Amino acid sequence: MDYNILIGGSAGQGMETLTFIIEKALKRMGFEIFTIRDYMSRVRGGHNFTQIRFGDTSFSSHRDEINGIIALNDETISLHIERLSDNGFIIADESAQYEHKGLKKLPLKSSAKKIGNVKVIGSVAIGSLFKLFNLNLSCVEKVIEELFSSDAASQNITALKEGNNLVDPIYNLNYSKKDDKILINGNDAIGLGVLAAGCKFYSAYPMTPSTSIMNYLASKMQEAKIVVEQAEDEIAAINMAIGASYAGVRAMTGTSGGGFALMVEALGLSGMQELPLVIAEIQRPGPVTGFPTRTEQSDLKFIISASHGEFPRMVIALKNPHDCFYQTVRAFNIADKYRIPVIIVGDQYLADSTCTVTPFDVTKVEINRYLNDDEYIKDKEYKTYELTKSGISPRIIPGKIKGTRVLVDSDEHDEFGKITESSEVRINMTNKRLNKLELLKEELIEPSYYGEEDAKVLILAWGSLDGPVKEAVNLLNNSSDRKYGAMVFGDVWPLPIKLLNEKAKNATTIVNVEQNATGQLASIIMEVTGIRCNSSILKYDGRPISGQEIFNKMMEVK
Amino acid sequence: MSECNLNTFETAWCPGCGNFNILDALKTALCDLKIEPHKVVVAAGIGQAAKTPQYINTNGFCGLHGRAVPPAAAIKIVNKDMTVIIDSGDGDTYGEGGNHFIHNIRRNIDIAHFVHNNQIYGLTKGQASPTTDVGHKTQVQPIGSVNIPMNPILLALSLGAGFVARAFSGDKEHLVSIMKEAIKYRGYAFLDILQPCVSFNKVNTFSWYNKRIYKLDENYDFSDKHKAIEKSMEWGDKIPIGIIYKKEFETYHDKVDFLKDDKALIDLENISSQSLKEYINEFI
Repeated sequence: MDYNILIGGSAGQGMETLTFIIEKALKRMGFEIFTIRDYMSRVRGGHNFTQIRFGDTSFSSHRDEINGIIALNDETISLHIERLSDNGFIIADESAQYEHKGLKKLPLKSSAKKIGNVKVIGSVAIGSLFKLFNLNLSCVEKVIEELFSSDAASQNITALKEGNNLVDPIYNLNYSKKDDKILINGNDAIGLGVLAAGCKFYSAYPMTPSTSIMNYLASKMQEAKIVVEQAEDEIAAINMAIGASYAGVRAMTGTSGGGFALMVEALGLSGMQELPLVIAEIQRPGPVTGFPTRTEQSDLKFIISASHGEFPRMVIALKNPHDCFYQTVRAFNIADKYRIPVIIVGDQYLADSTCTVTPFDVTKVEINRYLNDDEYIKDKEYKTYELTKSGISPRIIPGKIKGTRVLVDSDEHDEFGKITESSEVRINMTNKRLNKLELLKEELIEPSYYGEEDAKVLILAWGSLDGPVKEAVNLLNNSSDRKYGAMVFGDVWPLPIKLLNEKAKNATTIVNVEQNATGQLASIIMEVTGIRCNSSILKYDGRPISGQEIFNKMMEVK
Repeated sequence: MSECNLNTFETAWCPGCGNFNILDALKTALCDLKIEPHKVVVAAGIGQAAKTPQYINTNGFCGLHGRAVPPAAAIKIVNKDMTVIIDSGDGDTYGEGGNHFIHNIRRNIDIAHFVHNNQIYGLTKGQASPTTDVGHKTQVQPIGSVNIPMNPILLALSLGAGFVARAFSGDKEHLVSIMKEAIKYRGYAFLDILQPCVSFNKVNTFSWYNKRIYKLDENYDFSDKHKAIEKSMEWGDKIPIGIIYKKEFETYHDKVDFLKDDKALIDLENISSQSLKEYINEFI
């Protein structure tokens, strides 16, 4: 069972609410969900759409072919009709100026007017949609009751029933399964990870598609006692987070590529001062303003090399909401352990797409701060940058131990934090900092691997392409005699190379699949390992790539 | 005083530099106020003045050029038990860091901000700063600075700062007294410290300042904002020093319940697994 419903209209028509009600109700009925959101950088007008994929097995990606459309305007029909399946349906108002065999012209507007609230037009459409699948309305009613005030809820429920009477079923899903999942998008999952990690300070400047992390955390500010500070600019945001980290709490900032470009000097400050910091970089297409609300994976090489000079950093590409939660917690632990900046990388596709996942297990969350107390300091003078075998200096919180001084600098400094121009100290400090990279390599997580163990065709991808690539490999192995495998990198800098070397040896064809125009992962892999990709599938139109689309393009790869 | 020694190591400043007096005044102010050195953070950006945290035996945050204020603000937000002082120059504060200066006045976080204002860029060897007077010639401004100099006192007042003061590095005793008032003030306290640059500013010298400076006396009412604005525009033949405006109002911490009523943020427990579970279940 695999259905795909598109809801389209212009900004300001309440599509976000409409989509939420449908996906939430379906999820509560036990369906698996994968919803994408395609919206323009404007508050009113234009064309926005969402696609809710639902069925009885879990989906790791969206699907291009659609089974039904809820068209809040005619433009929605003309823009998406070619993706509608042969027996697909369209729910539209009776005023629609369009002809199609699947088009159901319904009195959506007049029904809403009759109820006395034009805003309930969406609920009329939901009523009709559920009837077409012969699904009962109880879950929808419950969601509406949770969402609206009692007056608005009762109007919407009347609208549902009104819509329900307008059509006859064309499917009979008759489905019921225990609902044991949560429905969540990538950025909310990051937000939960931030709270789980015990982060107490999040400073950021709003930038799509990263803003929803800040929104989520702000909604929990009072309860969870986390400071969420909207900074005057991204430079302030990251410098504030570094100050908060110095003062001893877990601190984080989040942005997209343009904001990250403003943060790069301070990224180096975190490296130089050896103050732990987590940064979420939620990519959108660049350069500069690019496509503000769309998706791309084109910041990878920038992120791994951002800021001048040489210092250690870790870059973790997030694959799915599950990963967003657990890897965010891990990012904080690694930042604290090595006293380095850790950048978690997402994109609009991951940030805004919702899917059903197993609820995160809080018992699996471990917090390790790697802080020292006065026992450690006893009988010796504290040195902020003590030279140790590992390169990691013991860290204390300023103000907590009498007689200690925590001095941090952007200038080169000695063990005490005193500014120096000594060549010997410079070499020791550079080696100290860079040795952390070597230690990090010992705890890297190898990429996920999908498909045949002895694959001849090896796909390489990273981050949010995990889901689409996983789906593509299944399709490929089910429809071809060639053996396909796919490797998707989460930890991407330093680059884990064990599994890559092993699988690349056996493969005759290696294909990188990336949402950028230059094949940035392939370039990094080439630089680190010398392994060269024979072919590339690159998509850079700002739209997400589906498993089916990767499958189609892979079939063309020799 | 004898027990209070905040010295660290030799400075990298020019002999005769106004920074020495400012550093001494800061040490004296902290000792007089009996604040334990480990409970103090001195934060700075980059520049000659910004080396101050190196030379005082408190905690120190030497950050990026222009970016002294954001980390200092965050340090105070995280640990309200610390005394947080920013010591940085006019280039760092008004030039590269102008945006942070503006917006942190709006935050009204309880920190003291001491700007070593020598009306010139010292560390980069003598270019015009935002406070350099029109006509002041430098290597980069051979025809003299053409830009209108910033009036930091008026700017701070216009943005709603609750403590606005000016002092002169040549009058240490007065400087110490204003610094102490600034540190004790509950909220963002701004102190512009006029300071000759003996190497690069041949115009605004000790004698130039000494001829012009006068102290505001007890007849001046620093709680009157209109008077303060008038006073802030006095510059040229007569330059007033002292507290120009002072009035306490709600700080950043006062407006956030858990920062106001609870222990310092750094000392708060993490959320319980029970709360975390509830947050996760909100997505059911």
